[in-house]
Amino acid sequence: MSFRADFADGARQSIGPAAATLTLGISFGAAAAAAGWGFAAPLTFSAFGFSGSAQFSLLATLHTGSALAAVASAVLINARYLVMGIALNESLEGGRGRRALQAQALVDASFVVAHRGGGRFDVARLFGATVPQWSCWLLGTLIGLLLQPDPELMQSLGIDVVFPAFFLLLVLEEISSRRAAVAALCGGGISGALLLVTEPGYALLAATAGALVGLLSDAEEEPA
Amino acid sequence: MRLWLSILVISAANSVLKATGPLVLGDRRLPFVARRVVALMAPVLLAGLIVVELVGPDWHGLDGPQVLGVAVAGLAWTVRTPMLVAVLIGAAAAAAVRLL
Repeated sequence: MSFRADFADGARQSIGPAAATLTLGISFGAAAAAAGWGFAAPLTFSAFGFSGSAQFSLLATLHTGSALAAVASAVLINARYLVMGIALNESLEGGRGRRALQAQALVDASFVVAHRGGGRFDVARLFGATVPQWSCWLLGTLIGLLLQPDPELMQSLGIDVVFPAFFLLLVLEEISSRRAAVAALCGGGISGALLLVTEPGYALLAATAGALVGLLSDAEEEPA
Repeated sequence: MRLWLSILVISAANSVLKATGPLVLGDRRLPFVARRVVALMAPVLLAGLIVVELVGPDWHGLDGPQVLGVAVAGLAWTVRTPMLVAVLIGAAAAAAVRLL
């Protein structure tokens, strides 16, 4: 497939998760407006930070005390991008600088959409999947800032189901072998257990240890 | 000022985190064993994100209708319902339970 076709394929596959991102962006915009962040700061954050988990984290913690602790917590939540960047690197092209630039398109949904199986990623699909994600995140933030919908109304409509449900369907698509299923269960179990004793950022980072199942399993059983 | 500085630092850190792997590794290939681990990173991270999203810190975010809605979406998908429709069915299920 050509770059253009793969890009379009990535964008197409990302439409569902992007719809979930839109609803999450609306929630973020509304919450930021309620917290008195004004108009420009939330939009700038969504455009350049482009990370729901880190943005919600700062929103929840900045007003509670130390800005340093709030920033550290938000950065920690994104520490998984370090691991994901290493995973992605082999599929990128060019020198170190060019690869680092390409890796900027990395977000959770595009990481999954771009995964071709066996640890190989398609860069064109990665870019294609990130465009609707970024657009919907920014648009959602704008809508949330302008309309400021009641969070209770969004919950009563079941909007809070959209984001985890899309992730569940994506993980079900990803599980193409018994080894992948065991690894996913380990990742979920680790994060669930650690949420009882630590912050979500640590729990998510530790969940990546579930991939160590790859060290133990039969070499003949390769994921599709 | 505090808000803008926080936004700047987090956005920059986010970029650095994404760039570190490619900057350090360049065109070096990972050993075969490491590639087997990398191959499992996507399902593992997704599973972790689902759990974090559903249960929240200290498990205080656990919400029955939300979990039910997500499960219904999963079930709908397993009977070959298109992804977007499956998610809408899940959301509708949660909304219906909350109405009761």
